[in-house]
Amino acid sequence: MSAASIKESSATTPASEAPLLVVNDLKTYFKTDRGLVRAVDGVSFTLERGRTLGVVGESGSGKTVLSRSIMGLLPKRDVERSGSVKFEGVELVGADTSLMVEYWGDQMAMVFQDPMTSLNPVMRVGKQITEGLRQHLDISKDHANQTALALLSSVGIPEPERRLRQYPHEMSGGMRQRVMIAIAIACGPKLLFADEPTTALDVTVQAQILDLLQTQQRDRYMAMILVTHDLGVVAGRTDEIAVMYAGKVVEKAPTKVLFSNLRHPYTEALLSSIPKISDPSHTRLKTIGGRPPNLINPPSGCKFSPRCAYATDKCRTEEPPLSAPDSDGHQFSCWFPVELSAKQTAGVR
Amino acid sequence: MAGTGKAHLSQGETVLRIEDLFVEFPVGRSGLKVSAVAGISIDVREGETLGLVGESGCGKSTLGKAIMQIVTANSGQVLFGDIELTTLKGEELRQTRPRLQMIFQDPISSLNPRRRVGKIVREGLDIWKIGDEASRQAKVLEVLEVVGIDAEAAIGRRPHEFSGGQCQRISIARAVATEPRVIICDEPVSALDVSVQAQILNLLEDMKARYGLTLVFIAHDLAVVKNISDRVAVMYLGKLCEIATPDDLYASPAHPYTAALLSAIPVADPEVNPTLRGGVGGEIPSPLAPPSGCRFRTRCPLATEKCAEEEPQVQEVRPNHFVACHFPLAEGQDLPALEANIA
Amino acid sequence: MRDPLPDHGEELIHLMHDSEARSDVPADSVTQQFAAVSAGTVKAKRKGLPLGAWIAIGWMAILILAAILAPVLPIPDPINDANPLKAAQGPTLDHIFGLDGNGRDVFSRIIWGARNSLFIAFAAVITGFLIGGALGLISGYFKGRIGGVLGAITDILLAFPQLVLALAVVSFLGRTVFNVTMALAIVSIPILARITRASALSWSERDFVTAARAQGAGHIRTMLREILPNVLPAMLSIALLGIAVAIVAEASLSLVGAGVKPDVTTWGNVIFSGQAYIRDAPSMVLFPSMVIFFTVYALNYLGDVLRATFDVRESAL
Repeated sequence: MSAASIKESSATTPASEAPLLVVNDLKTYFKTDRGLVRAVDGVSFTLERGRTLGVVGESGSGKTVLSRSIMGLLPKRDVERSGSVKFEGVELVGADTSLMVEYWGDQMAMVFQDPMTSLNPVMRVGKQITEGLRQHLDISKDHANQTALALLSSVGIPEPERRLRQYPHEMSGGMRQRVMIAIAIACGPKLLFADEPTTALDVTVQAQILDLLQTQQRDRYMAMILVTHDLGVVAGRTDEIAVMYAGKVVEKAPTKVLFSNLRHPYTEALLSSIPKISDPSHTRLKTIGGRPPNLINPPSGCKFSPRCAYATDKCRTEEPPLSAPDSDGHQFSCWFPVELSAKQTAGVR
Repeated sequence: MAGTGKAHLSQGETVLRIEDLFVEFPVGRSGLKVSAVAGISIDVREGETLGLVGESGCGKSTLGKAIMQIVTANSGQVLFGDIELTTLKGEELRQTRPRLQMIFQDPISSLNPRRRVGKIVREGLDIWKIGDEASRQAKVLEVLEVVGIDAEAAIGRRPHEFSGGQCQRISIARAVATEPRVIICDEPVSALDVSVQAQILNLLEDMKARYGLTLVFIAHDLAVVKNISDRVAVMYLGKLCEIATPDDLYASPAHPYTAALLSAIPVADPEVNPTLRGGVGGEIPSPLAPPSGCRFRTRCPLATEKCAEEEPQVQEVRPNHFVACHFPLAEGQDLPALEANIA
Repeated sequence: MRDPLPDHGEELIHLMHDSEARSDVPADSVTQQFAAVSAGTVKAKRKGLPLGAWIAIGWMAILILAAILAPVLPIPDPINDANPLKAAQGPTLDHIFGLDGNGRDVFSRIIWGARNSLFIAFAAVITGFLIGGALGLISGYFKGRIGGVLGAITDILLAFPQLVLALAVVSFLGRTVFNVTMALAIVSIPILARITRASALSWSERDFVTAARAQGAGHIRTMLREILPNVLPAMLSIALLGIAVAIVAEASLSLVGAGVKPDVTTWGNVIFSGQAYIRDAPSMVLFPSMVIFFTVYALNYLGDVLRATFDVRESAL
């Protein structure tokens, strides 16, 4: 039985009519001795199978905590998690760990940023892949080994027989990340989280890994949430993008709409502060003044207002809600959204 | 890219001139050696910013450290003005320090957590006894203000009270305090958020203009390097591949590796399909056993037997555009698209 | 500022920290008013020392004060004020800790013992601190041949059975306070050298050390100004534990008859003189043992508190 057919077997569980993932007003606060850190502060979205959502933000935006909060991979103590996460109609917020264990690996899986620390250094790669297989699919050792072989070749690892017997440190960073992907997709999850999957990798390898994730996502008809700080990474590889700032989604749109018609000043500032390969050398970069937001004592009103070039008194006192989707499916939270003319002066392509 | 040769070196005045530099590191106790820098020749001209770009293991950081004499070269020369640095010992080498400074990647690690910012920035002035007490203090306040730090408030604080971007500003202030000629910047923005990265890049440009600096800017991000550099050198596995002005290099790369690097950069434009670009497969070979001939040949779609047998020499393909390749790409020629992204 | 989430929160905290490494936010991720908050926090940490630490500090302060003031305190002489008629008498109002086998006041002997025992322990560890610290700092900073040789010397010293080593030194050179101190110093040197070396090794990898060298700082300046201040907390913490170990070691040497001669009052000698009466008058052994217990416990505890305090601050760096 190949890995693909295993996926089929798990996919034949009665699929309800509900969308794969519905996140509604999800909040995740951490209690610290300095105060409550509002890492995720009311995030809502829906994700269907076969679709890819890009979550973009800088450090402190809450993007990493968001994916962990959806998966339920949070510390037990000193965390307040509220709102709703429905996976195929099943509510996961407040669910028992014993239920979550059924989902982890089997229904939803995660590829982490650093493959070196997320693989067990003293366990052979083959064993790390087959462990999850045998736990979730209840198959024989031989069968699991065969599947692991098929998985390794499907993620583009040459000489899979030899690689199965290796330890993580005997592999390059790119190979390790391929192994991580193989482990993540082993049980045919319906939802794959990729949290900065290429940040630790070289640029030529990054391209290969992103291609691999995209191929696997399409072939296996998974939903994928691609978390990154790099707008370039998500541009050509996602269906939809959510831009996060200070624990909130500030703009969300289908990828092409977002890039051609961005409305939130933060998205604009983020795009224009990246040096672009098409710009001539010594082009003066636009910068976002100030610093990322304070998640314990966030600014009143719009969280971006202290750094926003267009902010008015209204922005500093009243927080703009995330607008209802327009005909393009475009949502943003801004009192004075960027107009096309303003964008052109900002030099966004 | 197993490029050697010196066709690209300027005949005129240079601030730094590196010739045939080799830096080897022993690997464990195996007796094996890795050539992190394997015969690099390169020069840096007065007032320019030379970008050094390449992936991990290409030797760009080691080259920077070898220029600083923080790591010792096994052979070759580093000429700083008229001074040959690699043969200098102890006190003589120390005398060159205030003229040659460095900025590091990790802003947190590069500042001593137990010292106050004022002391950190002053250190060079104190060591070299430049000026009197009052003029040193004035200089510290000046450079801190110039890099955008509230100097009066900052000097009494310790580094952990500052953010990563601010720490990097303090590092820059420390580097310029002794009025150096050259600053080696080793991945100075790669640990920072994009919005902060832009601030620091702009700041470096300002500092260069204000203090008449010459910069060697080491980074893995091609867009960042293009933005700040006057010339860009691309490295691979300890060798030089290509060196040219950024606009020329990025518009028409002559080395297949440069072309592959450029096409691998994720572009923030959804109209570009990233999977249809030209590119290279595989990963960087182990530097323990580098390929014969051209070191890039194992991943190069254009490689032939000649590439395995003969190491390409640096040649001038266009005015001021040098490349070490037997089959350089012509202007407008693209790298063949990658057949299958994954086997 | 590692402490917001304990235990299983670690992973997530690391994740948060990973992303913060790329951040323009201070290491605790969160504040714009960080500078003000941080300055307050360090003070709060000081103010917020656990009650136990204050008790330990109080105990040590009383002990050290009593030891220093022993000659002027209104207590009997620990050697000469013997009352053989009341030998081995239990605690009374006049002699709250009782009298020993020679009829000497145990309370007084404990205070005089503190004077000598604490002197021996502190002097030994301070000697070890200076010599071992210097060895460790040098060998950790110069990783090459110098470091290797010094490291090997340290390892050889560590490999010696330490009590036997101390025993040998005292037996050959004589049972004087100076010799016992030196014997314990020799034992503490490699321990402090080892700890200092490990810490110096990791700190000298930091970029700021390279930066100092690149500024033109000489080796000595770099060691003293850049590395030593960072290594000091670990050294102090181990030194506190070292003093505790030295106190026990001094007592142990006395018990095996290789300590300071009985005409000098040390805690070891106080216990030694009582051990023959342990069945009939256990107080003679019990009280000095309890004093040693509390002292060793206080020192160990303070060592831990010291380390925890600096760990918190280091993780914030």
